[in-house]
Amino acid sequence: MSIVLEAKHINKYFKKPVKFHVLKDISFQIKKGEFASIMGKSGCGKSTLLYILSTMDTDYEGELYLKNKLITGQDSTHLSYLRNKHIGFVFQFHYLLSEFSVLENVMLPAKKLAEKSLQEIEHNAMQKLKILNIEHLAHKKASRVSGGEKQRVAIARALINDPAIIMGDEPTGNLDSHNAENVFNIFKQLSVKQGLSLLIVTHDEDFANKTDRIIQMGDGKILP
Amino acid sequence: MTNLNIILSIAKTHLLTKLKQTSIAALGVTFGIGSYITLVCFMTGLNTMLDDLILNQTPHIHIYNEIEPTENQPISLYDDFKNIFNVVHSIKPKLSQKKIHNALPIINYLENDDKVLGALPQVKAQIFYIAGSIELSGNLTGINPIEEAKYFNIGDYIVEGSAEALQNTDNGILLGIGIAKKMALKVGDRIQVSPINGGIFHLKIVGFYQSGVADLDAIQSFTTIKTVQRILGEANNYITDINVKLNDIETAIPLAKKIEQQFQLKAIDIKTANAQFETGTTIRNLITYAVSITLLIVAGFGIYNILNMLIYEKMNDIAILKAIGFSGKDVQFIFMSQAMIIGFVGGVLGLIIGFGLTSLIDTIPFKTEALPTVDTYPINKDPLYFIIGFSFAMVSTFLAGYLPSKKAKKIDPVKIIRGQ
Repeated sequence: MSIVLEAKHINKYFKKPVKFHVLKDISFQIKKGEFASIMGKSGCGKSTLLYILSTMDTDYEGELYLKNKLITGQDSTHLSYLRNKHIGFVFQFHYLLSEFSVLENVMLPAKKLAEKSLQEIEHNAMQKLKILNIEHLAHKKASRVSGGEKQRVAIARALINDPAIIMGDEPTGNLDSHNAENVFNIFKQLSVKQGLSLLIVTHDEDFANKTDRIIQMGDGKILP
Repeated sequence: MTNLNIILSIAKTHLLTKLKQTSIAALGVTFGIGSYITLVCFMTGLNTMLDDLILNQTPHIHIYNEIEPTENQPISLYDDFKNIFNVVHSIKPKLSQKKIHNALPIINYLENDDKVLGALPQVKAQIFYIAGSIELSGNLTGINPIEEAKYFNIGDYIVEGSAEALQNTDNGILLGIGIAKKMALKVGDRIQVSPINGGIFHLKIVGFYQSGVADLDAIQSFTTIKTVQRILGEANNYITDINVKLNDIETAIPLAKKIEQQFQLKAIDIKTANAQFETGTTIRNLITYAVSITLLIVAGFGIYNILNMLIYEKMNDIAILKAIGFSGKDVQFIFMSQAMIIGFVGGVLGLIIGFGLTSLIDTIPFKTEALPTVDTYPINKDPLYFIIGFSFAMVSTFLAGYLPSKKAKKIDPVKIIRGQ
């Protein structure tokens, strides 16, 4: 199995208000099609790690490989491109552009990538919405759909560019158990059927137990 | 840029959903530009009118024989008193004639000069207007009416009758409107005038002259050169003044100096004669520009403020855009284009409002005794002001948008996303 994401000896310090060693020598790999979750107590640094892996936070020591290519030290425009093409995001809060329609929200990353024609993008977006059973919401405003639906729209958006990996920061943290179950099933399906890699930070033990692999963190280290 | 469309569509959506704020920002620019154009067009129109008022009827160089004391008194010619401090009491002006010696050859000489548009002779005479037993003192100036109308726009100041009528009527007079009122005269009536050395002449009124200066209109009248020469009993080479109009007003000073030296006459150029006038024009322009620029700067701060607020409101959107792959530059471009759209729309509306207001002012009646040729408020609709106004709108919105958009570029998405 090929490796999608690899972290080598990641160290991270918070400099304010006092210097604090958040992440201590973190190394691990995510393989293609793997559904992994990161668990740990609040403040153990799991979200911090996720944002480093997402390429949004560049202030760290160590090396990060995406599809076996070193991405540490790349300029921010190129990182934006990598994020756009290879990484999909789902956050705890739904983070849709509230003034745009659901369909436009889903299409946005693909439009930015600009590798396909507008018709293709629209067709793909509709397909993703269909996979998530929310195609009937396509032309509603993003601010007018319910929380669980918003999270599914966010997942559709994360999928639009067929990324190598999907990262989630407590994507079910804000949902009731029914919707959380729903979101988990969607992730599971994507992992099994499409061979998508997933890395999800979560507090939810039930959720984590159902994933392929649990990475336990404590005090900035990966616990064995 | 390949994703210009998507960036512009995001900018458009932001602007349209915040239509109220957007329109307020655009209105700031609109009023700034609109009032700039109105103010500049109105002020420069007024300036041009006042300039014309002076420049049109003032000769660029006025040549005459000045009555003045000799600069070198006889004592200074005497070598024995050379190094002594001399005091001469009660100096009298030098006895000289009023007429310009060899006036006609001088006029010929000037008219052959390339720089000179026209050199017109005048004969000035002191006279009395006689109404029964009352004698009103006044000035009668002999002119070439047609030429005078051509070069010095005397036609603009003839309220009844015409320059042609004066030219064609033997013993005609163009009477100052003040005198006509005092003596209850109308065109076609006859008036008696008497030169200071005696005699009475009958002149036929062919029109009225109104300069706008009441004191002048109460004494000044015009007739042909021949008529004045006849009244004064002088030969037809009797010329007291020469008025010169130049192609380029800037050559007035050197030419006036040259004429003074060459012909031993007094030659006053327009710049010396109207120095205080030019100062007035400069200061009016200065005030116009100071006020306009202030207006535009205020509009610029309005845009800055509203974009700043917009960026605070859109923090989440910025974080999402960055998370899904928009670079800092893209985000900056989104907000820059919003500023530029506001500037463009506001600027265009400003041009329309400016055009509308100036057109409106141009039709408002403005009747004044002082300016017989002006019917409406003067407006100078120079396209240059519209271009300047629009460019300023674009530049100021660019600057006002630049700082907030730079801030948007630097926003760290991790901080926003984790901050919730």
